[in-house]
Amino acid sequence: MKVLVAVKRVVDYNVKVRPKADGSDVDTANVKMSINPFCEIAVEEAVRLKEKGVVSEIVAVSMGPKQCQEQIRTALALGADRGIQVETDAELQPLAVAKCLKALVEKEEPQLVILGKQSIDGDNNQTGQMLAALTGMGQGTFASEVNVEEGAVKVTREIDGGLQTVELTLPAVVTTDLRLNEPRYASLPNIMKAKKKPLDVTNPEELGVDIAPRTKTLKVEPPAERQAGIKVADVAELVEKLKSEAKVI
Amino acid sequence: MSILVIAEHDNAELKGATLNTIAAAKAIGGDIDVLVAGNNCAAVGEAAAKVEGVAKVLVADNAAYEHQLAENVAKLVADLGKNYSHVLAPATTTGKNMLPRAAALLDVQPISDIIAVESADTFKRPIYAGNVIATVQSSDAIKVASVRATAFDPVSAEGGSASVESVDIVDDAAVSKFVGEELAESDRPELTAARVVISGGRGMQNGDNFELLYKVADKLGAAVGASRAAVDAGFVPNDMQVGQTGKIVAPDLYIAVGISGAIQHLAGMKDSKVIVAINKDEEAPIFSVADYGLVADLFDAVPELETKL
Ligand SMILES: Cc1cc2nc3c(=O)[nH]c(=O)nc-3n(C[C@H](O)[C@H](O)[C@H](O)COP(=O)(O)OP(=O)(O)OC[C@H]3O[C@@H](n4cnc5c(N)ncnc54)[C@H](O)[C@@H]3O)c2cc1C
Ligand SMILES: Cc1cc2nc3c(=O)[nH]c(=O)nc-3n(C[C@H](O)[C@H](O)[C@H](O)COP(=O)(O)OP(=O)(O)OC[C@H]3O[C@@H](n4cnc5c(N)ncnc54)[C@H](O)[C@@H]3O)c2cc1C
Repeated sequence: MKVLVAVKRVVDYNVKVRPKADGSDVDTANVKMSINPFCEIAVEEAVRLKEKGVVSEIVAVSMGPKQCQEQIRTALALGADRGIQVETDAELQPLAVAKCLKALVEKEEPQLVILGKQSIDGDNNQTGQMLAALTGMGQGTFASEVNVEEGAVKVTREIDGGLQTVELTLPAVVTTDLRLNEPRYASLPNIMKAKKKPLDVTNPEELGVDIAPRTKTLKVEPPAERQAGIKVADVAELVEKLKSEAKVI
Repeated sequence: MSILVIAEHDNAELKGATLNTIAAAKAIGGDIDVLVAGNNCAAVGEAAAKVEGVAKVLVADNAAYEHQLAENVAKLVADLGKNYSHVLAPATTTGKNMLPRAAALLDVQPISDIIAVESADTFKRPIYAGNVIATVQSSDAIKVASVRATAFDPVSAEGGSASVESVDIVDDAAVSKFVGEELAESDRPELTAARVVISGGRGMQNGDNFELLYKVADKLGAAVGASRAAVDAGFVPNDMQVGQTGKIVAPDLYIAVGISGAIQHLAGMKDSKVIVAINKDEEAPIFSVADYGLVADLFDAVPELETKL
């Protein structure tokens, strides 16, 4: 069966971003960009399913400006077979991303679509659920275990109270949590091979998708700064401060 | 304006996060209805009717909604949500799973994790692990938003006298099935609702050593949390993870033990009122947000803390 994996280009998780001085946007000039960590886990899961013989083809998709081809190449180096870029320089919101993915799902007819549960820039945690809604597929979100069976997939999900397992009819959508797997590193020969793998470029107009934003960011600002407090000398002083100064115990 | 709030519950009890979500609805203003979708959940409907400020409770009682399968509940929420100006749910794993699906069915771009209401169409929400706060305005006809519970003081669970109506729409998408669950059993308070939280990180070295934290927790009536490193290493289960991708907590007192203070961890706890850090490395970034820092070996400091409490 075929798997579609969505990979997003984001500011690297080690970068501490700041708003621009005028508060219009986040300052992302000259910062390191990477594949969203949850998307890397999505690619790894697809590759493992292929190694198990469950999956025959992995298609990696990214939406955004030309540069997001870098993240598609990363996915190809990790083991995806071909890439599709949906090119646009416009702001893409999760509903628009989900609509583009739906158009690709109709074309490619994958049995499984794997996405990250959230991207570490927008932190929306929406796209997979919205794609599932638009295509009528079942959704296994925040997955920590995925088992493909005959015509179905069993997904164990990380929920507030612990773990929940659901069974979804294929085709289905899965979004990855951190403990689903530990992604491998791409080897140099695989990085070289990835450069020759096919990468098609399309765009939202060709897919017939209206990507007009529905929300507008009026302002971005830093959160209220916390002042560093004091160092206490020992446990006795700590307990004393918590009792008489902070009054929290 | 009319607001539909989706109740968080386990078919027996109304969960606290619903009260914070109703508080956000009050900040928007307008009539507030609460939807209880579940199975044999009449008691939850009654509890919701007593909540301060609720006009009407809609109870959809059907086996299709028993386990909050998003495929079924989202369809119901979209069917009912059409008649409202706003649809809100708590930003719990249940809300985050279901609400975007309902929004897509309504052709709405939802707003995740709001921490403040600026006006009926404008909200604040954290992005980039809380390093940036964005003010976002929605142009959709229906506003769909998930609410970060710690950012809104709960309304009172008593004092209301809403009417209760049953809803007989049964949406069963028949593409998903509940197989089972493993829920953590604990006598301690729930992490996101506790007044005091004590969390352990990689510095704890193993799961058995968390016993040191449990002892302190029991003296303080605290919940116990963990960093991702401690969960990944298998010391404790996933439901204890605090952070960008785990739970968001804002207790009166947060005690971080053997946690370095990565931004992803800070994202989940830096709105706590008082933060204590115990770490043997005086350079650890956690000290930059701690009100009280103790540079010490946790294996000495934590047992001593327990005896001094
Ligand atoms: C002030 C401001 C300005 C912004 N300007 C822009 C802008 O100009 N252009 C822009 O693109 N964004 C911009 N953004 C970011 C944008 O709002 C969100 O990041 C975007 O809506 C996607 O949300 P998400 O990734 O958080 O979705 P989530 O639902 O958290 O993403 C979950 C998963 O969906 C998949 N996915 C999401 N997006 C893509 C994608 N593009 N390609 C492939 N897979 C994807 C991935 O698998 C990802 O792990 C801006 C944000 C702010 C705050
Ligand atoms: C996409 C993404 C999402 C993430 N989400 C989260 C999240 O939700 N929550 C989260 O917590 N992390 C998250 N992380 C991980 C985060 O980046 C850090 O790796 C993690 O928080 C580190 O955990 P830690 O502080 O326990 O471990 P470490 O960074 O290894 O720190 C251990 C600390 O213990 C101290 N120590 C060791 N021994 C002792 C002793 N005997 N006495 C006293 N102190 C001692 C050390 O000095 C050190 O400071 C995420 C990462 C990514 C990439």
